[in-house]
Amino acid sequence: MAKVIIPTPLRKFTDNQASFETNSENVYEAIKALSGAFPEIQKHLFDEQGQIRSFLRIYLGDEDINVLDKEKTSLKADDVLSIIPAIAGGKN
Amino acid sequence: MKEVRFTDQAIEEMHKHLVASYPHEGCGFFYGKIGDRKEVVEIREVENQNKTNPERIFEIAPIDYVKAERYAIENDLDLIGVYHSHPDHPAVPSPTDLKFAQPNFSYVIVSIVKGEVAATSSWTLNESNKFIQEPVFDNVEKQITNL
Repeated sequence: MAKVIIPTPLRKFTDNQASFETNSENVYEAIKALSGAFPEIQKHLFDEQGQIRSFLRIYLGDEDINVLDKEKTSLKADDVLSIIPAIAGGKN
Repeated sequence: MKEVRFTDQAIEEMHKHLVASYPHEGCGFFYGKIGDRKEVVEIREVENQNKTNPERIFEIAPIDYVKAERYAIENDLDLIGVYHSHPDHPAVPSPTDLKFAQPNFSYVIVSIVKGEVAATSSWTLNESNKFIQEPVFDNVEKQITNL
């Protein structure tokens, strides 16, 4: 099964579970399965149109899915997906 | 609200990194264990990816975040939060800091004034998505934050 690494800030919504395993065939289905298992995380992952939130990045291993097949990127059994929040700031 | 407690070594390394980054903003992650307190045992520097206004903005590359989570899992540590500096500016979150803040994460801000550490603070979001200050102590019970 593919594994989804849940970012630390969102683990409050997964009973502190750090990862989630899924048989989903592609990235979108995997993220959907995660939010199905932990409904409280859904609003942090998807916008009102059901799209993965634009400020989140998804990596398959060390690669951004945007340089692969985006949300339709297919998954293999030993793949590891990471959900990445934007980390930025500054005194501005 | 949980107290954030750094080991002497962790806070010294963080301060050293941020002084060296001056007048640019430095940034990194900190790790440890979250129990009754947030016990920080290690910091890891990350490159500020903002090359346009690094004296006032920091950005961490997505791959560096992936590596940070991976490092925490591999070393049985909690990724407690992210630190950054405010060069010649108070250790208080800015609107930009708030805009990008994640829930359940600690944001340590170090004020570096004229190249020296002036103040250290830690912040986290409350239920209303507003920053509240977390007490920061070093491991000899000395409060280093006094804003």
